[in-house]
Amino acid sequence: MSIAVLSTNRPRLARQIRLEWDTVREQHVLLAPEGVLVLNQTGATILGLCDGERTVVEIVEELRGKYNHVADDEVRDFLARLVAKRWVELGDG
Amino acid sequence: MDRPYGMLAELTYGCPLHCPYCSNPLNLADYRDELTTAEWQRVMTEARELGVLQLHLSGGEPLQRRDLEEIVASARDVGLYTNLITSSLGLSPRRAEQLRAAGLDHVQISIQADEPALSDRIAGTPSYERKIASAHLVKELGWPLTLNVVLHRHNIDRIGRILDLAEELGADRIELANTQYYGWAWRNREALLPSRVQLEGAEAIVRAARQRLKGKMEIIYVIPDYYSKYPKPCMGGWGRRQLTVTPTGSVLPCPAAHTLPLPRATVREHSLAWIWEESPLFQRFRGTEWMPEPCRSCDRREVDFGGCRCQAFQLTGDAARTDPVCHLSPDHQLVAEAVQAANEGAEPGEAELIPRTFTKSNNHYSPTGGLESERSVP
Repeated sequence: MSIAVLSTNRPRLARQIRLEWDTVREQHVLLAPEGVLVLNQTGATILGLCDGERTVVEIVEELRGKYNHVADDEVRDFLARLVAKRWVELGDG
Repeated sequence: MDRPYGMLAELTYGCPLHCPYCSNPLNLADYRDELTTAEWQRVMTEARELGVLQLHLSGGEPLQRRDLEEIVASARDVGLYTNLITSSLGLSPRRAEQLRAAGLDHVQISIQADEPALSDRIAGTPSYERKIASAHLVKELGWPLTLNVVLHRHNIDRIGRILDLAEELGADRIELANTQYYGWAWRNREALLPSRVQLEGAEAIVRAARQRLKGKMEIIYVIPDYYSKYPKPCMGGWGRRQLTVTPTGSVLPCPAAHTLPLPRATVREHSLAWIWEESPLFQRFRGTEWMPEPCRSCDRREVDFGGCRCQAFQLTGDAARTDPVCHLSPDHQLVAEAVQAANEGAEPGEAELIPRTFTKSNNHYSPTGGLESERSVP
């Protein structure tokens, strides 16, 4: 069972989660209670856009302006995994 | 070389509790000369430069350090995610607000059981009500809350009610970790090790609770390694992911490693980077070169890294042997015998626990420390 992320949801990082640039590893990282997730550039860009204002559709649109071949379902799967961990919250659709 | 992600900062071994499974060293007289605020600040800066992202502030009871707020603020300044691991005794509303203002990210409160009398008996001091009040306070201030519960023969049958309590308190995470047998817990092993029936019951409850609380509360359950077929990947491998700094600045690959007959390394003499990268202590069991058979040729050698060095030493007297928990270890009967005894022994909860005590001479923190042992003297 995974949590469905709708195109109209407005995702944002949960309050206890920090998105940071690790100057030592030169990578973006997501910091959580007892957890570290090292992000690739795409993941960091997606999460940087999760401000609780933009919808998933708008996030995908912005990504398409930056990268080739952005798959809508891959973005939603990525967010769904973080929603399941409660690291990302979904604002109303 | 791998860079560490996490550092356990044991700020002090002073503690108001007397848990019978205490994992701190037995001889606390060696740990009086604690690092100063400035020394911790230097260590945290060096830790971040080395790659550490998660800082676990623990002890003993870290709230006994009056400079905790300053340490937290400095940790945040250098970019560390700060976790406070506490009994919560000493967390007044005022102190909590100061820690919130200093930028503390996450609070983990230990509870000993869901039921006040049992919880207080295990903790060796009245503490349950204050812990519950602190858990509410943590949530009111908007922190993520983790409850830490050490499981053993005396409380594992209450795991369902412990989970209910966590849910009532609005905990975001609960860590249900079976006792590991080092330090004081080693002395109480017989009285603490649960039976197979107890474990099976607990595991069924955890499975159901995980399903029910999915997306609401994260449940971490750590089985007792005595019952597992393969050893735990202790610390994710020696000198690979984590390091520990003791109250006096000794740096260890794992919090129990002070028991091992190995050369010491301290931040008072060397940089953290040198200790991590070059010290004989951190190199001793790094990687797979040191391994004996059956580990050396085992497919799992980079899965569990030969298990726990401290457990190998504790059980066999040789830290370089395969962890006897592994069913392939030539010393496995040492573990099998303890498990057999746990399944033939007294009814769960009957065997007597020896509370953690602090001798008068080495305990200048807790005015009640030592009372337990004095009482038992005729």
